[in-house]
Amino acid sequence: MAEITLQLLMLQLLTGLALGAVYALLAIGLSLIFGMLTVVNFAHGAFFMVGAFLGVYFLTVTGSFWFSLVLTPTAVGAIGLLCERFLVRPLYGRGIDYPLLLTFGLSYVMVEAMRVIFGIDGVPTSTPSELRGVVNVGFGMFPLYRLFLIAATAVIVLALWLFIEKTRYGLIIRAGSRDNEIVRVLGIDISKIWLLVFGLGTAIAGLSGLLAAPTRAVNPEMGIPVLAESFVVTVVGGMGSLVGAVVAGLLVGVVFSMTSLFAPEYAELSIFVLMAVVLLVRPQGLFGKAGLMG
Amino acid sequence: MTQANPISSAIALIAQHRVAAVLIFLLLFPLIMPYEALALNILIFGLYAVGFNLLFGYTGLLSFGHAAFFGVGSYLTGITIVHFGLPWWLAIVAGTAASGVVGLLIGFLAIRTRGIYFSMVTLALGQIVYYAFYKAERWTGGENGLRGVTVEEINVFGLTLDFVNPLTKYYVLYVFVALALWLVSRILASPFGAVIESIRENENRTAACGYDVARAKLLIFTLSAVICGLAGALRALHLSIVPIDSLHYLLSGQAVMMCLLGGMGTFFGPFVGAAVFLYLEDVATSFTTHWMAIVGVVFMVFVLFFPKGIWGTLVQRWQRWNNHSVVTK
Repeated sequence: MAEITLQLLMLQLLTGLALGAVYALLAIGLSLIFGMLTVVNFAHGAFFMVGAFLGVYFLTVTGSFWFSLVLTPTAVGAIGLLCERFLVRPLYGRGIDYPLLLTFGLSYVMVEAMRVIFGIDGVPTSTPSELRGVVNVGFGMFPLYRLFLIAATAVIVLALWLFIEKTRYGLIIRAGSRDNEIVRVLGIDISKIWLLVFGLGTAIAGLSGLLAAPTRAVNPEMGIPVLAESFVVTVVGGMGSLVGAVVAGLLVGVVFSMTSLFAPEYAELSIFVLMAVVLLVRPQGLFGKAGLMG
Repeated sequence: MTQANPISSAIALIAQHRVAAVLIFLLLFPLIMPYEALALNILIFGLYAVGFNLLFGYTGLLSFGHAAFFGVGSYLTGITIVHFGLPWWLAIVAGTAASGVVGLLIGFLAIRTRGIYFSMVTLALGQIVYYAFYKAERWTGGENGLRGVTVEEINVFGLTLDFVNPLTKYYVLYVFVALALWLVSRILASPFGAVIESIRENENRTAACGYDVARAKLLIFTLSAVICGLAGALRALHLSIVPIDSLHYLLSGQAVMMCLLGGMGTFFGPFVGAAVFLYLEDVATSFTTHWMAIVGVVFMVFVLFFPKGIWGTLVQRWQRWNNHSVVTK
């Protein structure tokens, strides 16, 4: 192993943050949907995967990464809207396991749909030309695209925070996740809000798929480990907490990249061990409310 | 009254002797299947679904990590045969015991959580087992799976049986399944069986009645792992190899699908589900490679419209029809 220098550690930390940025986005989508609809979206990894495929597709069709950046979440969000309206909605009030089971079945269909459309081997990806190369970050050279990942996530999280904390719609979403019956009594059509939140959550999942695509292999099965990893982040951060999703996402990313530096063969295991430790010490997650866990 | 109805009394008889009913059916099962390999698969995965049903159907805990127990059962059976040269029956015991231990460990962590958290945590912990076995290439063969778990003939009480013959193999494995089913039926009929069902109905109230809910959950989690581990152990002997897929998340999902298709929380449901699932797979894969899309759609239809599954819906229809005819009389 090469000698471990402070410089190397800092670069690896930054790599971890870039990876964590994707995890944070995934967990935000998952948390948003759960906090509002109490639905655990087992198709979240599949929406991520579809986002990666559509991202590559739109990039080749339009030739512009920025167009793809707009079109992909829109398209994935639209699929999410349809799924909520026609598949998830009939199951409200039927027990918490049923929407979960339904989205699980949905993920099978989405994986197979991508196999039919794009083939079983997946599609090749490359970093968009505008974001290639490395930049000097003060303590070494770092890939520009990974910096972009961190920055893009920061912008999305900030926008989401402003939306939820400062707008009328955000107010309704916050109220609805506390007590949806009162919101209904106040004359607000909550099912429309639920529809929008599901669409928003899946759009963010699609966007994270697009953003992550250049850093990993795009194939129909890519969503499965991602689903497990986003659950780890959610359990570590605490379900329904946006702050928890961001902090835990970055933490998980850093733990993964640091373990791959010191003991590469344990990298995949490390984040699950982190989850096990959190479960032992603080079962509700770092930022979770104890009430949710019962 | 219903006493006069012969069908009702037949159903009552089957319900009363449920283990015998399943065993007689399974005894004749290979004769009605197109080929023995399918019958063997249904036998093994039926047991897997039965073990899963203990937790999902009867206790109301939805685990998405049961492939871990199935896979550990498979791998440990294989490893003890390949690397240690254990006799086949001792290897089955070793595999089953190992999944019990893993079940105890995972259960200890998972029961600290409730509801949907439980599903997420079991899924994530199942991934640990997957990666651990994937990386331990020297013992498990890694991505290629563990090869050479060959048992050609077995000696039972001085009798030598040809284990390569699928029908003989079926009836040897059948003995283990029979024992497991009897055990499951005993557990369900015991006071402990009533406790786990009351946890499903109302956990807080069960605790208020003075039952140690955490302990009961851990116990049923481990028992469920043991049954699934046995199913895995039998599969290692059946296939002669242990594929890495045995630990995969999709196999955990398969238990959920089989259980829900057949009818969760019923004794016969998991076998019905496993049979329908595997038969459907067998038929579908002969004309399309996109079998997963079909199973996904079928599963969603069941979640939306028949949440009680095939067996559960049939029983419900029968009861309703029966009550109706009693009223009109």
